[in-house]
Amino acid sequence: MTTADALVSAEAAAGTTAVAHRTDVRPPLPPSDIERGRRGPSTIRHGLTLAWRGVIKTIHSPEALIDVTLQPVIFLLLFVYVFGGAIAGNTTEYLQFALPGVLVQTVVLASAGTGVGLAEDLHTGIFDRFRSLPISRSAPLVGAIMADLVRYLTSGVIMLVLGVILGFRMHTGPLAVLAAMGLVMVFAFALCWVFTALAMLVRQPRSVQGIGAMIMLPLTFGSNVFVPSSSMPGWLQAFVDVNPVSKVADAVRGLLTGGPVAGPATTSLIAAAVIVAVFAPIAVTLYRKRA
Amino acid sequence: MDTVIHVEGLEKSFGATKALAGVDLTARRGTVLGLLGPNGSGKTTTVRVLATLLRPDAGRATVLGHDVVAAPAAVRARIGLTGQYAAVDEALSGTDNLILIARLLDMPRRAARTRAAELIERFGLTDAATRRVRTYSGGMRRRLDLAASLIGRPDVLFLDEPTTGLDPRHRNEVLDQVRALAADGVTVLLTTQYLEEADQLADDLVVIDTGRVIASGTPASLKAEVGGQRLHVRPLHRTDIPAASAILAGLAGETPVVDASGELTVAAREPGLLHVAGGRFDEASLAIAELGLRLPSLDDVFMTLTGRSTEDAEKQAGPTDQEVAA
Repeated sequence: MTTADALVSAEAAAGTTAVAHRTDVRPPLPPSDIERGRRGPSTIRHGLTLAWRGVIKTIHSPEALIDVTLQPVIFLLLFVYVFGGAIAGNTTEYLQFALPGVLVQTVVLASAGTGVGLAEDLHTGIFDRFRSLPISRSAPLVGAIMADLVRYLTSGVIMLVLGVILGFRMHTGPLAVLAAMGLVMVFAFALCWVFTALAMLVRQPRSVQGIGAMIMLPLTFGSNVFVPSSSMPGWLQAFVDVNPVSKVADAVRGLLTGGPVAGPATTSLIAAAVIVAVFAPIAVTLYRKRA
Repeated sequence: MDTVIHVEGLEKSFGATKALAGVDLTARRGTVLGLLGPNGSGKTTTVRVLATLLRPDAGRATVLGHDVVAAPAAVRARIGLTGQYAAVDEALSGTDNLILIARLLDMPRRAARTRAAELIERFGLTDAATRRVRTYSGGMRRRLDLAASLIGRPDVLFLDEPTTGLDPRHRNEVLDQVRALAADGVTVLLTTQYLEEADQLADDLVVIDTGRVIASGTPASLKAEVGGQRLHVRPLHRTDIPAASAILAGLAGETPVVDASGELTVAAREPGLLHVAGGRFDEASLAIAELGLRLPSLDDVFMTLTGRSTEDAEKQAGPTDQEVAA
């Protein structure tokens, strides 16, 4: 399949059913050419078209995947073999503890990349073109985020496979593993909106990168991803226990290696919903206002 | 007459910079309106307001009767935009870029492909169709960009300096395309810094300076206002400038304008001025490096209308449109 084929078939998956053709549109257009009367969730339909643009870009320049592949691999190897022994007594046991969390940390760190990418795109003319088209104003943002979710999924799968190669053992079924991946993706989707809003606010890719790191480092390291919170001072424990990253890590641990799932998973989903409810409108409003 | 674009008292500021200070203009159906002015005069800002990318601070603008602020979606459905910077995706091929836009315009897959192929062919990009845009030359990008803005068969096309950075051959190709579009009934608003380009293409011209319309009319009427041909003289030695200036002043009845390169310019109202001036310079034994007649340039238009050069106007304008847009 050529990329052109892929592009045009991308939306077939969106389930866009053609509805009545409007006849009052521009006379020079034969009705079969542009079906402007087509109803349906246009933000999602156009978002998917734009997401496919993002995926094709990634396929054409795989070096752009380094931040979601090589970087987390280095992180995992570093933590397991450098710190693992000291933290958990031996590396095998530490891998069992840390891998689910590193999975979460990978997508959390990578979600800042969505903001950086958008801030870069905003400076190119193509966003002006999107904004001059009769499409939903938030479609380019939704498209960018959906395309990045594909990147994060790739990253998650690579981490899991590497974990298994290094000796990570899953004690649950395939459905639980899929659920773990799904939860991580939902959380990444929510965080993407934070960085999208940030990108719309500061606009400079470098600033987005810097502020992103400032938010992400405490959020990922100030969690139970690498170390159980029981070894931390009380004030830090208090932070770690309310940190949504800890909740997601707990839920993923439960789903991969067994343990309580319902509680942390529910909290994670609520956290994700709250983040989207707060930051998506901010991002879309800032994007619309941006002149 | 059938008014397609109507702009009244448009104002827009970026911080302390007043980019538009009350612009009025009108474009009729199927005509090319040339918006002429130096960098920073407000051309791009005007286009961005009309293309619904910017909200004006004051004034009113309608495209095909739809208000750009109140009904931006209705405007977007009927316009095409080609900005100063090629708005295409470098990572995609030429064909994929066009299909992307076609799909965003809700064309069915097959129609999207057909339309993309049609435009690729029309803009002479067939050989490069499957190559990534990153490998395209500036001219190819421009043509692809123009093709992308035509996907939806717009009724109104905004072209912001569509020929900037193009070599003469590709420039003429783009201009030919614009002419063909206007002949098809598309209304075109084109911004340019070149009077010659506007003259070739536009049915009507609007000259703007620091966010204000300083002249408007047909190219012929504008030229009449500016005053036809000019005589340019550059003495070989700069020390001869006062002598040459005195001779020209005596012949033309006006003091010549001297630019930084030591070139003197006066309006050539008498048909024989070139010949007579040449004779006088000979009699005075002035060595002349260049002597000739030229059509008025944008600089001349500017000098006549505002009493200052386009260069001074750009300095005065502060941040340019491009800087503001970035």
